[in-house]
Amino acid sequence: MNIVVCLKQVPDTETLIKIAPDGKSIVQDDIKWVMNPYDEFGVEEALKLKGKFGGEVTVVGLGPRRVTESIRTALAMGADKGILISDDALENSDSLATAKALAAAIKDLEYDLIFTGQRGVDDDMGVVGASLAEFLDIPQFSLIVKVEAAEDGKSIKAHRPVEGQVLIIESSLPALVTAQKGLNEPRYASLPGIMKAKKKPLEEKTLADLGLDPAEFGEGGRKVKILELTPPPERVEGKIVEGETPQDKAVELARLLHEEAKIF
Amino acid sequence: MAQGVWTIAEQRDGEIRKITYEVASEGRRLADALGQDLTVVLLGADIKDKATELGHYGADKVLVADDPRLGTYTTDAYVGIVSQLVKADDPAILLIGASTQGKDLSARLSASLGVGMAQDCTVLSVEDGNLVATRPIYAGKAYARVTFEDSWPQMATTRPNVMSITEPDTSRSAEVVDASFSLDDSSLKTKVVDAVKDESGKVDLTEADKIVSGGRGMKGPENYKILEDLADLIGATVGASRSAVDAGWRPHSDQVGQTGKVVSPNLYVACGISGAIQHLAGMSTSKVIVAINKDEEAPIFQKADFGVVADLFDVVPALTEEVKKYL
Repeated sequence: MNIVVCLKQVPDTETLIKIAPDGKSIVQDDIKWVMNPYDEFGVEEALKLKGKFGGEVTVVGLGPRRVTESIRTALAMGADKGILISDDALENSDSLATAKALAAAIKDLEYDLIFTGQRGVDDDMGVVGASLAEFLDIPQFSLIVKVEAAEDGKSIKAHRPVEGQVLIIESSLPALVTAQKGLNEPRYASLPGIMKAKKKPLEEKTLADLGLDPAEFGEGGRKVKILELTPPPERVEGKIVEGETPQDKAVELARLLHEEAKIF
Repeated sequence: MAQGVWTIAEQRDGEIRKITYEVASEGRRLADALGQDLTVVLLGADIKDKATELGHYGADKVLVADDPRLGTYTTDAYVGIVSQLVKADDPAILLIGASTQGKDLSARLSASLGVGMAQDCTVLSVEDGNLVATRPIYAGKAYARVTFEDSWPQMATTRPNVMSITEPDTSRSAEVVDASFSLDDSSLKTKVVDAVKDESGKVDLTEADKIVSGGRGMKGPENYKILEDLADLIGATVGASRSAVDAGWRPHSDQVGQTGKVVSPNLYVACGISGAIQHLAGMSTSKVIVAINKDEEAPIFQKADFGVVADLFDVVPALTEEVKKYL
């Protein structure tokens, strides 16, 4: 089973986000860039399936050159080769343009399954996976917490929790899965894995290499235009519930929730 | 020229889901701002009799796609049909609820139509005839105001529990129209083979009106009973912080935060949660936040409307008893 895993880098979830002076982007200094947590689940699931069915795992990253580090991490975890799509013209591309570039890099690869994270924990759009599936004309399974591959490796059943139930959806391959938390526990790269990763093939491609027109990417190619970024709305300052004992505080809290907040 | 506001209804087992009314109500407000009509698109099996009530929430027209193959949502069928209908009628704005189903549908549909889409929005407005959407990014550590360039329909999804539902007006009625579409079996590549219902009957966190959440301060899985007692009493869903989930105390599906669920309930009660930024990001759009924590320095208190500095094991059971007086 040949598997492609897409990955991006995002600011570590502990990062404080500061708006840049242009009002349309964030301050990038001092950000610790990490592999998108949902993409890690994709890497792990691909490696588990490779363990069972054999085949190759190819990691496709998109973004500036620093994304190489995350691709190397995936290679150290056990993926076989990496592709980095990197081009100055890609900066500030929206989800559709990103998916278009990924599709161009993936369409000529041999693949049975593609994993993406269910969303990047930066823009929180959750659109790239579905768009990539659309451009490759393959079915998608989104927000998946369990993948069961048939013994012959020709089809999968995916578990998709929706509000109040879990749907079990089946499709033949190739297909694309977007990984949700709960799918697995990603492994750590071992020291020998890290050593081996240094020798694994990692190709870099520009938009021109992929036969794409840079004008369709970046700020100019955006269909969704950012007008401004703002800090989250300030919450009205709260109050500390007074009382001598925890019991008194509970009584006062219940009264506030009833009389002031009108919750019940 | 593109004209009219469309919203997509969501049904399960033939029942209209609440998010449908949230999106239709918001769609009505935008349609009024534009001086245009609101069309609600309803897909399902034997669903036509549900169309009338959508008029009470402001639909001028309900476009019904009724087919046995549409009873259960599948990406292929729904995207195929909505995209045909959109191309035939050319609406200016298309809104979908950002439920699990809506996120799947909207993402693929935007690629299929080749148009821009803003996911999980909390505020929508019309400026100079264009849709302007505000959406949390970095799980709410910042907000982006966005608009759309040269592509119609202008698409957005709305975060569950955020858009207010209009008081239904039973004197209003919508024109109900059978949609004309084709659906080829060969285009249906995925099949839902089973649906395992959550027997607890709890509302999902993303749609819950009230949430009682526990973190590391709960000290162990056995202690969640006190949160469940309170939750059962007030009709809340129990949530958890990442550290509680990572410790194996609660299932992944209970996690609130940047790498879990982003929630907007009317009431969020954080018990023994210090308020790591990744957690705050996931719950800061809650309307009323209560924090119960022994540590008065805990960052959660900066977000709380009502802070209780005390041991949750004393406060929560007392609160449960006290709340009974008001119910």
